[in-house]
Amino acid sequence: MSEATRAEICAVAVAEAFRGNGEVLASSFGTVPAIGARLAKATFEPDLLMTDGVCTLLEEPLPVSGPAPEPVVEAWMPFRTVFDHLWNGNRHVVMVASQIDRFGNQNFACIGPHAKPKAQLLGMRGAPGNTISHTTSYWVPNQSAKVFVEKVDVVSGVGFDRAARLGPVIARSHDIRRVVSNLAVYDFDTSDRAMRLRSVHPGVTVDEVIAQTGFELVIDGDVPETRLPTAQELSLIREKIDPKGFGEREVPNPD
Amino acid sequence: MDKRTTEREAVSELRDGMTIGIGGWGSRRKPMSIVREILRSSVEDLTVVTYGGPDVGLLCNAGKVKRLVYGFVSLDSIPLEPHFRKARQAGALQAAELDEGMLQWGLLAASHHLPFLPTRAGLGSDVLEINPDIRLVRSPYDDAEELVAMPALELDVAFIHMNRGDVRGNGQYLGPDPYFDDLYCRAAKKRFMSVEKIVPTSAMANEGPLQTRVINRTMVDGVIEAPGGAHFTECPPDYGRDEDFQKAYAATAKDDDAWQEFKRTYLDLETEAEYQEAVRKR
Repeated sequence: MSEATRAEICAVAVAEAFRGNGEVLASSFGTVPAIGARLAKATFEPDLLMTDGVCTLLEEPLPVSGPAPEPVVEAWMPFRTVFDHLWNGNRHVVMVASQIDRFGNQNFACIGPHAKPKAQLLGMRGAPGNTISHTTSYWVPNQSAKVFVEKVDVVSGVGFDRAARLGPVIARSHDIRRVVSNLAVYDFDTSDRAMRLRSVHPGVTVDEVIAQTGFELVIDGDVPETRLPTAQELSLIREKIDPKGFGEREVPNPD
Repeated sequence: MDKRTTEREAVSELRDGMTIGIGGWGSRRKPMSIVREILRSSVEDLTVVTYGGPDVGLLCNAGKVKRLVYGFVSLDSIPLEPHFRKARQAGALQAAELDEGMLQWGLLAASHHLPFLPTRAGLGSDVLEINPDIRLVRSPYDDAEELVAMPALELDVAFIHMNRGDVRGNGQYLGPDPYFDDLYCRAAKKRFMSVEKIVPTSAMANEGPLQTRVINRTMVDGVIEAPGGAHFTECPPDYGRDEDFQKAYAATAKDDDAWQEFKRTYLDLETEAEYQEAVRKR
């Protein structure tokens, strides 16, 4: 089998974010997160719940590309039930960050001042409620100092510094587990909950990561490499989950 | 009892400055024939409350929207609504952007005639900066937790689109999701429901299970038969989204000549029937 692509390494890093979650609703936005969530379910987290992207929970999630098996519906989940479910707390969502700061405050609403933005993006969507109700991870397909910023233009997803000011109830449910980018993996396992470089993808240097980050990252000691996919994971991705290689459209393989 | 009416009659109820709610979600089961009639009318300065799709893009483009209350505006298969983006980036409207769940809570509060409903959604985010009129409330119980007091989103007029209905205003959705259409109806003083097909009440039982009949006649003042009325948004099982049409619509945001052509062909028409004819002839 050929070597793992950058997109596949990123997908495994997303899958790792779900490790230990058990029976929770796994929601993902973006191609690589969709591959990662399916990979986690197909390997070490078989009890994850996943939707068809519309309003049913499927026993076997639909592949990201390629032929889909006949879907078996586990339950109905229209949008109003999604809200009920997420406020109840049983969910881990991977959202895209157009901007993110060192405490994990995220923006995908707009770039520039909200009253008259330079670029209108998705809007708040469910980010404010999601982030204070259940576990969240972020996906950044194109890390740069314009995405990893000192201060986000608008806070859609709530970071650790803001969540800490909201009191003990929210502190219990607020959890930003992981940030996965095309370059590296980050967490917030630090005393002040500032973002820490957890691993760099094979072929990426720590200096490159620092150059593409607009704030001071926590770097303790030698930074390990992001783990490579196993042979089983590679064949799952290539044969079942994403046979057409849509992941590489989102994260092209470095030359 | 016969509540049948037309898009024109329904839209004639609108006055400048009113607050309207539009059902559906993104580019899904939107009452587009009514939206098209609003475009033909002279009404302006509307406050629009909705989970936005091309309804918002078209109304913004026509300069009808003074204030938008929303969680997102999306065409689903095209994640960002380009006409809405253009209006936002020109600073053309007041953007009361909320968490998606807060919008539901505001409609639910209005539908229960409550001044507000408490929620945690919004806390810590810039939703509260963007909407300085939204206040916090402290729990009166021992926890004394501070929560968002999501104010009721009271509507002057609500517009929804269903798959089937009867002349009395009972409505039935046959697709995968009811969205929040029932809440828009209960939150509004005046309610209009367009439907793909008006059928005898007794025939609704043959169309789908009991649970699909979410709109009862106390929630509706006027019923409009509008086959293809949700076009180009999806309205399953009657039809899917017209993706080619939607793509063409989206592309006009970047090309004024293309927009003028689109407007001439599909919007500068006297009636919905002419629109449906223009779509068929494409």
